[in-house]
Amino acid sequence: MRDLVSDMASCLSVGGVRITRKGKALLDVPSLNLDGPGSTLILGPNGAGKSLLLRCLHGLIVPDRGQVMQDGVPLNAERKARQGMVFQQPVLLRRSVAANLDFVLKRQGLPRSERKTRIQNLLTEGGLDGKARQSARSLSGGEAQRLAILRALALNPETLFLDEPTSALDPSATQMIERMVQRASSRGVRIVMVTHDIGQARRLAADIVMMQGGRVVEHGAAQQVLDAPESDAARRYLAGGLVT
Amino acid sequence: MQNFATEFNAAMALILNGDAELWAIVLLSLKVSLFAVLISALIGMPLGAALAVARFPGRRVLIVLMNALMGLPPVVVGLLVYLMLSRSGPLGVLELLYTPTAMIIAQVVLVTPIIAALTRQVIEMLAEEYSEQLRSLGVSRLSSVPVLLWDARLALVTALLAGFGRAIAEVGAVIIVGGNINHVTRVMTTTIALETSKGNLALALALGAILIGIAVAVTAMVSTLSLRAEQEGLRHA
Repeated sequence: MRDLVSDMASCLSVGGVRITRKGKALLDVPSLNLDGPGSTLILGPNGAGKSLLLRCLHGLIVPDRGQVMQDGVPLNAERKARQGMVFQQPVLLRRSVAANLDFVLKRQGLPRSERKTRIQNLLTEGGLDGKARQSARSLSGGEAQRLAILRALALNPETLFLDEPTSALDPSATQMIERMVQRASSRGVRIVMVTHDIGQARRLAADIVMMQGGRVVEHGAAQQVLDAPESDAARRYLAGGLVT
Repeated sequence: MQNFATEFNAAMALILNGDAELWAIVLLSLKVSLFAVLISALIGMPLGAALAVARFPGRRVLIVLMNALMGLPPVVVGLLVYLMLSRSGPLGVLELLYTPTAMIIAQVVLVTPIIAALTRQVIEMLAEEYSEQLRSLGVSRLSSVPVLLWDARLALVTALLAGFGRAIAEVGAVIIVGGNINHVTRVMTTTIALETSKGNLALALALGAILIGIAVAVTAMVSTLSLRAEQEGLRHA
C-alpha cells in the first residue's frame, strides 16, 4: 500500500505564499514544488523562514496570502490528517511512553488488541522496547525525540515534517534518528526536514531547499545544490560563511 | 497555665476516647466540605478549562472577575446566600436555610472561583505547551480540553486541596446560613467559636487540634503534589 502511495508521489506545492508581520515579510515564497519520492531537506541560517515554511506546509500557520496545495488541491483537514510533524523540542504528553502512542492510535478508532500490537511494533522500531510503562517525561533527549517520531509515524502519514529533530542531540542519538527517517522514507513516507547540519543534508536529502531572509534562494537535487550551488547565499552558507 | 494544661488534657481525652459528639461534628464538617468541593470541581474545572482554551470577546474581563471572586469575603457570601434562601427570598420555597445543604451552597460559592481560577491558570500554561502538537495530531480546541485536564491532573488535585482547605476552615458564611444548630449544622469552626464563648475550652481545643491536623495534612499534600507537578514540567524543559 505504502509503495503504491510512493509511486503516486504526493506533491506538495506552495503558490504565492506570504507571511508579513509589522510590515516585514517573514516568508515570501512565490512558488515551490516538492514532488517525487525521497527526502527534502530545508537548509538556511536562523531566521531564514525554514520552520515557518514547514508550519505552513503542515497547515499549522495560515499564510496571509497564497496557499499550500497537495496533489493540486488546497490542503484540507483530510490531507492534514495524513501528515505528521515532529518539533525541535519534542512535546510529549504527561503519560507513559505507551500511552503517548496509544493516544494517536485510539483516535484512529483501532481496537485494543490491534493498538497493543502496533505499540509493540513501534517501540521496537524506535529502540524503546522495555520502556512502555516508563513516564515519557523521564526519557533522555534522544529517546524523547524517537518517541515523538514514532507517535507521528503512528498516524501512517503520507508526509512527515521534521523541524531540526537532531539539533540538541549527540552523534549517536542523531544516527538513530536518521536511521528512523531513512526507514520511513524507504517505506514511502515523504520526508520534509529542516536542518542546519550540512552533513545531515548530504546523508539524507534527495533534494534541498535553501532559504534566506524568508525566501527560497535555491531548490534542486541534493548533489547539485551541495556541490555546485548556483546562488551566492547557498555558496556562502555551504562554505561555512556567516550568512544572516 | 495549669487551667490551660487541664483543658488541653481534657481535649486530648475527648479525641482519644472517641467522644461521640466531637466526632459527629468532625464528620459533618468533612461531609459538608467534601460535598462542596466536589460540586465546585464539577463547575469550576470545566469552567476554568474552557476559559483557558476558548477565545472570545470579554474573556480577559471574565478572568479578572474570576480571580477577584477568589477573595470574596465569607460573611458577605453568607449574607447573600441567606437572602436567597430566607423565607422571603427567591429560593425560600426550598426551605434550605439552616440545613447542611445551605452550608454546602455557601461553600460552593466560595470555593468554585478558587478551583476555576487555579484550573484556568494550570490549563492555560499546559495548552500553550501542547497547542501546536495537539493541532498537528488533529485534536480540535474543544477536544483538547479532556486531554489537558487529564495531563494536568496532579496540579488540579492541588487546586482541589486548596479549595478543600478554604472550605473546611470557613466559619463566617456557614454560621450565617447554617445557624450553628446542635446535631444539625454545627461544624468544627462554628463549634469552636461557640464553645470558646461559653468557656468550654476542652471541646474547642479538641476540634482546633483536629482542624489544624487536617490543615497541615492538606498543606503537606498540596506541597508534595506541587513539587511533583513542577518536577514533571522542569524535566521536560
